[in-house]
Amino acid sequence: MKVKVDYEECDGHGVCVDTCPEVFALGDDDDEVTLLVEEPDEALREAVSRAVGLCPKAAISLEG
Amino acid sequence: MSGAARSGGTVVVGASIAGIAAVEELRRRGFARPITVVGEEVGPPYDRPPLTKAVLAGGDPADCALRSAEWPEEVEVEMRSGTRAVRLDLGARELELDRGERLPFDDLIVATGSVPRRLPGPSLEGVFTVRTLDDALALRAALVPGARLVVVGGGFIGAEVAATARRAGLTVTIVEGEATPLARSLGPEIGTLIARIHEDEGVEVRCGLPVAGLEGEGRVERVRLADGSAIEADAVVVGLGARPCTDWLEGSGLTLGDGVVCDSFCRATADRVLAAGDVARWDHPRLGQVRIEHWENAVAQGRFAAGALLGLEEEPYAPVPYVWTDQYEHKLQIVGRPGPDDDLVVVDGSFEERRFLAAYVAGTRVTAAVTLNRRASAMRARGMLRDGIDLPGLLAGFEGVKQTGGVIA
Repeated sequence: MKVKVDYEECDGHGVCVDTCPEVFALGDDDDEVTLLVEEPDEALREAVSRAVGLCPKAAISLEG
Repeated sequence: MSGAARSGGTVVVGASIAGIAAVEELRRRGFARPITVVGEEVGPPYDRPPLTKAVLAGGDPADCALRSAEWPEEVEVEMRSGTRAVRLDLGARELELDRGERLPFDDLIVATGSVPRRLPGPSLEGVFTVRTLDDALALRAALVPGARLVVVGGGFIGAEVAATARRAGLTVTIVEGEATPLARSLGPEIGTLIARIHEDEGVEVRCGLPVAGLEGEGRVERVRLADGSAIEADAVVVGLGARPCTDWLEGSGLTLGDGVVCDSFCRATADRVLAAGDVARWDHPRLGQVRIEHWENAVAQGRFAAGALLGLEEEPYAPVPYVWTDQYEHKLQIVGRPGPDDDLVVVDGSFEERRFLAAYVAGTRVTAAVTLNRRASAMRARGMLRDGIDLPGLLAGFEGVKQTGGVIA
């Protein structure tokens, strides 16, 4: 499983951070998220999938 | 005839984000039976948040497509676009469609959304609401630099349209019946701030006077206010909120009441009928009966309804609501549900620098948080709200951040 963030789209809503803090982070002064892990553990699939679906900008994709 | 012999599979009524999310979640969870989506609008599903912003500002409508053209094939769903469900027959477990066809179903997910409220009176040219892509494109054609736009209603839609139109070079007036824009949802302090942001951009904001009516000969010429005064207009946008699309369910036997009434698992009052998104009023364990018209809830609730349909949800649907609005360069985010009498306490930053986190507080309990241009704080507060938190707890959670503003209200 590989996670990608499209930074052209990311607007820093942070829903992914709220949904899956193991993979996404947002610094106090940041306007876009940071991807902490590109290939997260399989156990996080449910949470990452949720983050993909809930992203208001459809900026996250999941491969594999 | 047995149910199995004429199985209709799962039918989702509504092809916007809640319906799409439900379909994807059903497939993701391994649901292999037929799914049909009935959508009133012609054309592929699109996303609504850009309608008041990028699309109105001249952006390519194709950019707000929700999914690729291949999506129905990929998820094996039959799309019935340009088709409206006009009646629900629970006895026969069939939908009646607008061309008289009857569509059987085993399971039904109602995701028909909401429609804008309109002002009473004859319809006039130059008066717009913004709900659909066609609405946005029609309004866009009227956003001619120098034209006079009056926005009736200072809610999220009205305020966003006003911002986009102002940036497009129009003369813009917001008319709001309450004391400030967004007063009912966010209270007078945030409302006053939003009004100031618009005034700084050159928008006139007139509050406290309801609109008496729109006037003109065939085409709108002015907005008449309750005190008899009038504002000349080349175009008018009506942003007075929305009502859930439940007309087609009247008399079906489903319990309705400002939406499709559901239990805490998004199940309506008939077997294997669920609802999600703007149209659903469900029993939220912490908030009571609520109906939420936010984008993120539509997705989350669509997903939840799919899981609940499959019997895979063990806990009630109990989200901390999230909504945002983008106006000019500002992003306002709200998590939770502010009560009308809550106090507002600035936790970090300030209104003056237009960058802050503030908490809505009832007694000592935090009911909601609002941020302006402070993205990270919004979601941190959301996590705290999920478990329930009081003001000292919230302040402690924002480590190193001291309370800067005290109680404003």
